[in-house]
Amino acid sequence: MQLGKKAGLELCDQPLRNIFGDALLDLARANPKVVVLDGDLGNSTKAEYVRQEFPDRFFNIGIAESNLVGIGAGLAGAGYYPFIVSFSSFLLCNAYDQIRLAVAMSEINATVIGSHGGITLGKDGPTQMGIEDLALMGGLPTFTIIVPSDPATMHAAVKAAPQIKGPVFIRSSRVPMPYIYPMENTPFEVGKANIVRDGADLSIIGCGMMVSAGMDAAALLAKKGIEARVLDLHTIRPMDLDAITASARDTGAIVCAEEHLLQGGMGSNVARVVAEQHPVPMRFVGLEDTYVESGDPWDLLKKYHLTAEDIASAGEEVVKAKKAV
Amino acid sequence: MEKMSKQELKEKAQELRLEILDMTTRAGSGHPSSSWSSVEIVTALYFGGVLSYKPDEPWWEDRDRFIMSKGHAAPLLYAALAHAGYFDKKELLRLREVGSPVQGHPIQGMMPGVEATTGSLGQGLSLGIGHVLGGRLADKKYRVYVLLGDGECEAGQIWEAAMAAAHFKAGNLVAILDYNKFQETGPISREIALEPLVEKWQSFGWTVHEVNGHDLKEILDKFQLAKQLEATGKPQIIIAHTIKGKGVSFVEADFTFHGRALNAEQAELAREEINAAR
Repeated sequence: MQLGKKAGLELCDQPLRNIFGDALLDLARANPKVVVLDGDLGNSTKAEYVRQEFPDRFFNIGIAESNLVGIGAGLAGAGYYPFIVSFSSFLLCNAYDQIRLAVAMSEINATVIGSHGGITLGKDGPTQMGIEDLALMGGLPTFTIIVPSDPATMHAAVKAAPQIKGPVFIRSSRVPMPYIYPMENTPFEVGKANIVRDGADLSIIGCGMMVSAGMDAAALLAKKGIEARVLDLHTIRPMDLDAITASARDTGAIVCAEEHLLQGGMGSNVARVVAEQHPVPMRFVGLEDTYVESGDPWDLLKKYHLTAEDIASAGEEVVKAKKAV
Repeated sequence: MEKMSKQELKEKAQELRLEILDMTTRAGSGHPSSSWSSVEIVTALYFGGVLSYKPDEPWWEDRDRFIMSKGHAAPLLYAALAHAGYFDKKELLRLREVGSPVQGHPIQGMMPGVEATTGSLGQGLSLGIGHVLGGRLADKKYRVYVLLGDGECEAGQIWEAAMAAAHFKAGNLVAILDYNKFQETGPISREIALEPLVEKWQSFGWTVHEVNGHDLKEILDKFQLAKQLEATGKPQIIIAHTIKGKGVSFVEADFTFHGRALNAEQAELAREEINAAR
């Protein structure tokens, strides 16, 4: 299985985490106020690219996430722009209270990077997987929450972060993703969802890798005469109410897809908007209440029903439901 | 801020005690006893010429940092800031009111001079290290002071920060431990013992000083010594032996005042005692 292949997308030859490392290094070169705080995973998250060029602005705080977040917040108080980087699971689950007080409640300007989000880190297993990060971030008012869907939006998100007032969360990933957007002049505006494919029969709303999976699903559905709109909801907060409402109105059916628990993730938040603004039949592709296991990422996606085929079958179902209304 | 005489400092400490009493009794809640135990430490910092600050420019880049890690002593922090000229003393009486920026526990930037959001304990020392590292990058000469409660030294993050501060050679980081020997539930030695405390900090690479935390001269001398030892590159902690509820005898004798304000009748008794000591 190759993500984006059915939709004719070109796969990036590097994992998204490497793209994140490149983007962070670009930003550090352009902005001398950027500092990087690492929880001893810089070689995995690729935050280490900055260490090689700017050792003075890179701090490995070690395996101590609470302290990592606190020191990062202190650097913001001293006038710097911190990127606090680790696996989303370790960072959010160990240091949630520190992120809550020192970052969210203090409304500092800082970015928290949750690397290795979702289940596609694969073989290291469920202890390392960030399947609840979006739900946890949802519990922190003041945070802008971004889930880039491809290399171009990762670059754009990292570049945009210091311009955003208040704290930012960006999810990164261990796997390569296809190019959805051009690397130059990428259409990316925080809080504004992008229609990456249009169709009249249903909308597939996704974030992260599920955008290209959604585009693959749209290709599968097209063979059956069903035309899907695919909406890249790269910003989970602030949520693009207009784009979601328009999709509900224009297509009358919605499938949400995310590499995350269904509980408290992107889809449940989209459902709240749809229920209030323009109720239509909906289906949800994501993780049911379960932890995942070790394994090849693509085998795991298949076993836990997060593939283009799963999105497509949810699409067929929701179109039937729409007709029955 | 003009440096005060010993007598003026003593007077200032009692003024702050009265403010804490009025604020918490009016609010009907808060932590007067935890605030009173740190009064001399904070008086020395703000009024004894230890901290360098500009009340009319609260976020002056070169300011010394003071982080109130034991956030429940917020009334003391607010009282000190108001008396130092950061904002009108009238604001103090809005403690814990709806719509007031004088929150029950400090929120960073909500009042001028409030450097950090604290109240979930154990977090202040890490923030202090961040300020040290930022100051170093920016080639600033400021110092960073963090007031810790003794109970919060049970939190793992304190020891993560203790280890990191030594690693980063944070000689301009000075922690003050308000060692009043009580936490919310009871005596620390009974609940979850901290001793041997001096040896713990020393083994983490810190220079440890001990003082009577209610003797202003002793406290000021240690702050002076800490400035002289800054160049050693070792972080420093002043373990201040204090009395919880200091200044009001019936509060000193009853640790259950931890999260409790004095009622009107008790407040009058307390006021008499505090005034008598002026």
